[in-house]
Amino acid sequence: MYRETDIIQTIPGTDEMVINVGPQHPSTHGVLHLVITIDGETVKKVEPHLGYIHRSIEKMCESLSYRQFIYTTSRMDYLSAHINNHACALAVEQAMGIEVPLRAQYIRVVMDELTRIASHCLWWGSVAMDCGAVTPFFLAFREREMINTIMEETCGARLTMNYMVPGGVMFDLHPNFQRDAKAFLAHFRSKIDEYDELVTGNIIFQNRLKGTGFISKADAISYGCTGPTARGSGVSCDVRKWYPYEVYQQVQFDEILETAGDSYARYLVRLAELRQSMSIIEQLIDNIPTGDFQAKTKAVLKPPKGEFYSRVETARGELGVYIVSEGGTTPYRIKFRSPGFSNLSALDHMVRGQKLGDLVAVMGTLDLVIPDIDR
Amino acid sequence: MTREELKQLLTERFPDNAVDDAGQFLQIQVPASQWGSFALFLRDTAELQFDFLFCLTCVDWLKHLTMVYHLRSTDYRHELVVKCQLDREQPVIATAAHTWRTAEFHEREVYELFGVQFEGHPDLRRLILPDEWEGWPLRKDYEDPVNMIKL
Repeated sequence: MYRETDIIQTIPGTDEMVINVGPQHPSTHGVLHLVITIDGETVKKVEPHLGYIHRSIEKMCESLSYRQFIYTTSRMDYLSAHINNHACALAVEQAMGIEVPLRAQYIRVVMDELTRIASHCLWWGSVAMDCGAVTPFFLAFREREMINTIMEETCGARLTMNYMVPGGVMFDLHPNFQRDAKAFLAHFRSKIDEYDELVTGNIIFQNRLKGTGFISKADAISYGCTGPTARGSGVSCDVRKWYPYEVYQQVQFDEILETAGDSYARYLVRLAELRQSMSIIEQLIDNIPTGDFQAKTKAVLKPPKGEFYSRVETARGELGVYIVSEGGTTPYRIKFRSPGFSNLSALDHMVRGQKLGDLVAVMGTLDLVIPDIDR
Repeated sequence: MTREELKQLLTERFPDNAVDDAGQFLQIQVPASQWGSFALFLRDTAELQFDFLFCLTCVDWLKHLTMVYHLRSTDYRHELVVKCQLDREQPVIATAAHTWRTAEFHEREVYELFGVQFEGHPDLRRLILPDEWEGWPLRKDYEDPVNMIKL
């Protein structure tokens, strides 16, 4: 919500002051506007103002066909474009009763996990930069660049891939895909230890994160937090474990849980998830079965009348796609339950009573992507 | 609690409310006037413990609006969808923000996009759109010749 405010306002009769962070501020990683009430350095209240990048994707989807609307979702959480597309494809497949070929299921999961690694890499670089370390940002982008190149080869795009379609994936894998993905994993395995040495064990970094932005398990559930944000507080909520889709049931991986509930716990969860994602890709990459990469579907999709809900685990948490169908060629109503929206709502609770400088670090560990929140 | 047990418990306790078992989730229709107490019942009953509201939205059916609440219990893993029908001219329903904190933001979004008034909401202001915005954009009869391109 855009509102004209003075850059700094004082509240008469108190020592409190209202300041604006954003919408153009390096620490908000996008156009998020926070109106913060402070008393000296202590944060009294944080009020997020959204909508600077609101495109009303839900309304747009109502006039797009079931094949078309998927592409708008790449623009929501642009760091998890594959996974967003995946959620929509699952919802349409569930509505139409489409059986996805096994090859496509393997490809989808491998792509999802590569996306998760790329997203967590970017997060790792930016959270370190939020705390004052610039080098990690360049290191993380070096690794992310390799994934982007792999994606570009197969999908033709680097950020908004639009690779997953109802019934499977759009094209078959590039012949070099398996070789390149394995080369990336070998490279990344050595780099992730470097990440640990450089940042995780760094005492300055730990002091910035430990004990800040605390949220208890009960509050994390009540605020609807999901993903690494909730798992840092000990809430078991990994959709891949609890409501497995595609071939997640057949792969071995751990759901990472930390119980401290502070920023450092969320940091540790994400870093450990990188290793789990690598392990998932390693289990699948050599076993991708031959066969069709896309099921045969009709040109015009007309799901029956009813309501369909599908969910996936994006890099930020649980993404839900709720489709209401009236039997036509376009959805009657679509709701995207985006993980960032609920995670952001807990921000005020997390930072009250803490220092203004810690707010930046706490926001960094929430891993907010603004288009995902505004939609 | 399994889906069957949940269905049995709800039909026994609320014989007047229609329980629908046909869809992906178990569904129950609740009059809007009862929603506030029903929400507390769902959260605080020991064998239900619906503590996680994972989706809150509204659907415009032209004759009326329907609020849709997707609930889950993080301990028992059972799920339930609650629906409340609202009058389209005067949509009013009790807030769930005091029961599940996540509802506070979601209800603000539904308020500005559908025009539903949430009674007892701690801070019912627009979240995404500018303050002076007119109309309820996600309603089916919303027209905006400037910002909307008809396909």
